[in-house]
Amino acid sequence: MKKFLNGPWVLILPTIIVLTCVVFLPLLISLWTSFTPFKLTKPDTLYRFVGFRNYERLIGDYDFWVAFGRTVLFLTIALNLELVFGLGIALLINKITYAQKTLRTLMMFPMMFSPILVGFQWKYIFNDNIGLLNNFLREFGVINPIPWLVDATLANISIMAAEIWSSTSVFAILLLAGLMGIPKDPIEAAKVDGCNSWQVFKNITLPFLMPFIFIAMTIRSLDVARAYDIVQMMTGGGPAKRTELLWTLISRTGYVDAKMGMANAMSYISIFLSIAFTFFFFYKLMEARKILSYD
Amino acid sequence: MAKVTLENVSKFYGNVEAVKKINLEIKDKEFLVLVGPSGCGKSSSLRMIAGLEEIDEGIIKIGDQTVNELEPRERNVSMVFQNYALYPHMTVEENLGFSLKIAAQEKKEIEERVEEAAEILDITEFLQRKPSQLSGGQRQRVAMGRAIVRRPDVFLFDEPLSNLDAKLRNQMRTEIKRLHQKVSTTIVYVTHDQVEAMTLADRIVIMKDGIIEQIGSPLDLFERPATKFVATFIGSPSMNMINATIINENNQLIMKTDDGIFVPVPQDKINSVKDGQKISFGFRAEDIVPLRFGQKPNNHWDMKSKVNLAEPLGTETLIFTNFGSVEIVSRMFTPEQVNSNENLDFSLNLDRTYLFDDETGMAI
Ligand SMILES: Nc1ncnc2c1ncn2[C@@H]1O[C@H](COP(=O)(O)OP(=O)(O)OP(=O)(O)O)[C@@H](O)[C@H]1O
Ligand SMILES: [Mg+2]
Repeated sequence: MKKFLNGPWVLILPTIIVLTCVVFLPLLISLWTSFTPFKLTKPDTLYRFVGFRNYERLIGDYDFWVAFGRTVLFLTIALNLELVFGLGIALLINKITYAQKTLRTLMMFPMMFSPILVGFQWKYIFNDNIGLLNNFLREFGVINPIPWLVDATLANISIMAAEIWSSTSVFAILLLAGLMGIPKDPIEAAKVDGCNSWQVFKNITLPFLMPFIFIAMTIRSLDVARAYDIVQMMTGGGPAKRTELLWTLISRTGYVDAKMGMANAMSYISIFLSIAFTFFFFYKLMEARKILSYD
Repeated sequence: MAKVTLENVSKFYGNVEAVKKINLEIKDKEFLVLVGPSGCGKSSSLRMIAGLEEIDEGIIKIGDQTVNELEPRERNVSMVFQNYALYPHMTVEENLGFSLKIAAQEKKEIEERVEEAAEILDITEFLQRKPSQLSGGQRQRVAMGRAIVRRPDVFLFDEPLSNLDAKLRNQMRTEIKRLHQKVSTTIVYVTHDQVEAMTLADRIVIMKDGIIEQIGSPLDLFERPATKFVATFIGSPSMNMINATIINENNQLIMKTDDGIFVPVPQDKINSVKDGQKISFGFRAEDIVPLRFGQKPNNHWDMKSKVNLAEPLGTETLIFTNFGSVEIVSRMFTPEQVNSNENLDFSLNLDRTYLFDDETGMAI
């Protein structure tokens, strides 16, 4: 016992206790509930084990897989556009010498808004009656209001616009940090070696930037689920499930329909999506670093 | 096949004038070394030739073409950087062939030229490695290989050896010299090491504070320094320099050092100095001879002094002693034991004593 008290275990014990309480236990409990028909309204259902029934139902659930597919598509398009815009902004800001710090700070503004506010703000912009955008378009003779948040395609695009607005700066900042860290010499050597600006970018800048791109991708694929707030505020997944993403579907199943067991089963499936994205980008990150012989 | 011409070229960084209206003509196939203390504008000049730095004033021509407005890639120059600037994500082979790939050369042609360059520089066995897997000297050779693969009109070297240890530096220096003989292309080489400058150059340009102090062959600069700065900069050990005033003693001009020692004015300078003029006189270590071990020069002035320290270097021995209050160094070529605190007779060779005006710094 004395040996135990002096050992390293004692030192990490607080961490273990806290992690157990806030991470491992909830994980275990939610995993358990996904094997029960647990309904919030009927607490004793928590103890009725039904095996894989929730999962079996989900496999045949059309709505779930539509939301799943839409989420993957949403992630792919949003992350890629954020990357492109973020890279563009970073390249531009890296070029200017005047007021760079001010711009860098300004650029971070969207990150200061909570996603709920972003949702509100964009809901207001895209509202078909009183929205800023339609008002603006009316000035140019678009008389019939465009149903931004109602039409299936438009609603998805609107949500994506809000999401991209709020998260592009994450990419921009990480990539700018990457750009500023690129050594000047290889770039100058490439210029002397005959490269024009595009060739310098493609052959030198981009390989140096790759690790940063994948770091940004990894971080974003971990916190992208925060887009839930935006979707919930702007459309709530509707109308008629046209903008349903996994996160809105899960929260509705769990809290509105009170089917906690089913919702947790969905969560476990969607967690694999998240893990897959993260793993993929992390693997790419390692590879990009290896190419630069950093490790 | 190209000469390089700089006409009234200046470079400003904000208010700092790093290069001040320099004029320079580098001949075709010449090995020209730019040398000078840190911050004197060597790199700035070189980078303007390469096109990496804007030319703020004046004209630079490569061959007959004015290149002021040309991008680096349009100038057909190669540059070797101080810290190699290799592309870390490419193998040595890709590094060497990169410029050719960009120029859309055929694969076979690229392979041949890379192989040829690798052979010249003896790096064939490293072709498949990444730069991070090479030693400093090997990286330096890859950097040079990358430069020669292009067959440029002009090679630009910016202190390529300063990151290497002494032994490797000597070895690479010889290799660069050999390389120049092999490829015979115009080379502009920047260094702050005067030994490198002396051994490599056809002609040396000595810069200080953004201006050119003197241009000439290594021997020229050594034998006929135009300014006090050049005199002390070129040669190792540095030229001994004593402050003095010309005075009239019994109708004869004589140099009186700040410590009150009288030294006659060398015969050939007697008509170029005047009474009251503040001067410095300088002499190299081998021109003040310790009498016991050397021969008295024809025109000489003798003194007795105590040895502070003797540094035997094998073929030569450096003897540190005092000239009044100034420590000077004398070099003797006989391998004999000299002890500290020993009193020796020294003889100064007046025929090889240099005089500089203190006001202008110019040689008299
Ligand atoms: N980018 C810059 N911005 C401002 N000043 C600069 C810049 N680059 C060089 N300078 C200044 O210009 C002067 C000349 O610099 P340069 O790099 O040409 O010197 P150098 O002779 O190559 O010195 P070194 O031997 O240390 O490399 C220095 O005083 C330096 O401080
Ligand atoms: Mg320099």
